Amino acid sequence: MKKILSTLALATMLGFGLTGNVLAEEAPVVDAAPTEMVATPAEAAPVETVAPEALPAEAAAPEVAPTVDKGDTTWMMISTILVVLMVPGLALFYGGLVRSKNMLSVLMQVFVVFSLVSVLWAVYGYSLAFGSGSGPIIGDFGKLFLAGVTSDSLSDTFTAGVKIPEFVFIAFQCIFAGLTATLIVGSFAERIKFSAVLLFSAIWFTLSYIPIAHMVWGAGGYLLGQGALDFAGGTVVHINAAVAGLVGAYMVGKRIGYGKEALTPHNLTLTMLGAALLWVGWFGFNAGSNLEATGGAGLALVNTLFATAAAVLAWSIGEAFTKGKASMLGAASGAVAGLVAITPACGSVGPMGGIIIGFAGGFLCLWGVTGLKKILGADDSLDVFGVHGVGGIVGALLTGVFTAPSLGGTGKADFSIASQVLIQGEGVIITIIWSGIAAFIAYKIADLIVGLRVSEEAEREGLDTTSHGERAYNI
Amino acid sequence: MKFISAIIKPFKLDEVREALSEIGVQGITVTEVKGFGRQKGHTELYRGAEYVVDFLPKVKVEIAIDDKILDQVVEAIEKSAATGKIGDGKIFVFNLEQVTRIRTGETGSEAL
Repeated sequence: MKKILSTLALATMLGFGLTGNVLAEEAPVVDAAPTEMVATPAEAAPVETVAPEALPAEAAAPEVAPTVDKGDTTWMMISTILVVLMVPGLALFYGGLVRSKNMLSVLMQVFVVFSLVSVLWAVYGYSLAFGSGSGPIIGDFGKLFLAGVTSDSLSDTFTAGVKIPEFVFIAFQCIFAGLTATLIVGSFAERIKFSAVLLFSAIWFTLSYIPIAHMVWGAGGYLLGQGALDFAGGTVVHINAAVAGLVGAYMVGKRIGYGKEALTPHNLTLTMLGAALLWVGWFGFNAGSNLEATGGAGLALVNTLFATAAAVLAWSIGEAFTKGKASMLGAASGAVAGLVAITPACGSVGPMGGIIIGFAGGFLCLWGVTGLKKILGADDSLDVFGVHGVGGIVGALLTGVFTAPSLGGTGKADFSIASQVLIQGEGVIITIIWSGIAAFIAYKIADLIVGLRVSEEAEREGLDTTSHGERAYNI
Repeated sequence: MKFISAIIKPFKLDEVREALSEIGVQGITVTEVKGFGRQKGHTELYRGAEYVVDFLPKVKVEIAIDDKILDQVVEAIEKSAATGKIGDGKIFVFNLEQVTRIRTGETGSEAL
């Protein structure tokens, strides 16, 4: 325990030591600036826009120079809401895959973890990830409790001088944080204590999500400085969550009966519906990450469409050839795999590059949940690592390939595939190691304080009645 | 009186019901059941996990009838439930000792 605490303290000091600190009441104009990784040079033009009902006037009224476009602001609020649709999407996608006795426990874990992280995001998450500090690993406490942020505060976009209201940016990024933590639920589903899920999620979010998000997207972030491309969160969201999930699958242990009894999904109809909702929500996730309603958002939109469709085909073809039948679960999994794989790439690769990434994601994630799963030997219940980990890595690396202008990407003329893939690889490795260690610490602490696993009896009876006192289906 | 319990393929239920109505059977009871016989089960595949499903879904039809129409009833079920393929099911016939119609208190073949 002592050892863990000191490790924790060290990690925190490492983070905070590099930054300024202290609650500072500051000017409303901020540079939470995500990046300039995708330059959208030409599109700054259409500033005059949109009907008056687009949003209340004061939210968009800049004091002086920076432009706030009502179209951008509207798009970002719509994107934020679209991304929230991924919460029920993920809950149903996962929920359909467990046995009916554990349905509510999965829905509940997703719903409450999302809510927990959202509150933490407002309290300290946003400040540490995107606050005024510009350390390489973490922000600072300058915006603790969102101090100093008003409806006049502005956040940068990818275009110099074009801003969006900071509240909208805070909300948009909040959903990312919440969603990332909920992805992990799939790995230890059907056997973990509810209290352990919440405790783990809070600690892991603090130790891993925040620093990785800052490193990749925050001002002065290390990977951002290296030139790593992660448009909508392949490393920050998917690899990050997948590694935490895999560590969880090892540490929580296998479900009773795993490998011996049939642990069949109880409702693949819901799983398909969940995957479809995820797809819809992902448009907000990916195209919203452009932060402006421009052609760049359009590019992310088509990539999110075509790459995902390609991955559905890839998974179905792969199954048909290797198992003899293409399954609905496979097609739904393929969609998620494609969405994951295109996430880091969607803003910088062309549509054809995106389709290739989708195919690669579909085929390789199919291997991730079959061949690789056997090698890993963990009971990753709903294949979080096989889909999000493998898909995330495939996407992150191929982003370095298909961003090349010669392959239809938006990279500059001197874009070097080899060096970009190396940088992408560095991002992947840092995320894997960082999240792995942070997750290990977080599970250990949860284990020491509340214990990770429910009793054998509770597991056999199902978590719905034993953890939540209700059943999903009363027929 | 006889009591017939027939296990049939689920999609044959409507044909069986029609055939029984035609020969004047007044009522049947239907249950969804699972079981196995000579027809083998099948394999289900969920991503990497493969499960052999031994128990197949069938429908159980239960009928209480007068002795006089036994042969007709068995023949009607046999014909209407048949596909000629393995897994068509079986017809079990039992002796039925007593029947009571709850509403009227009638007993015996009047209650059928």
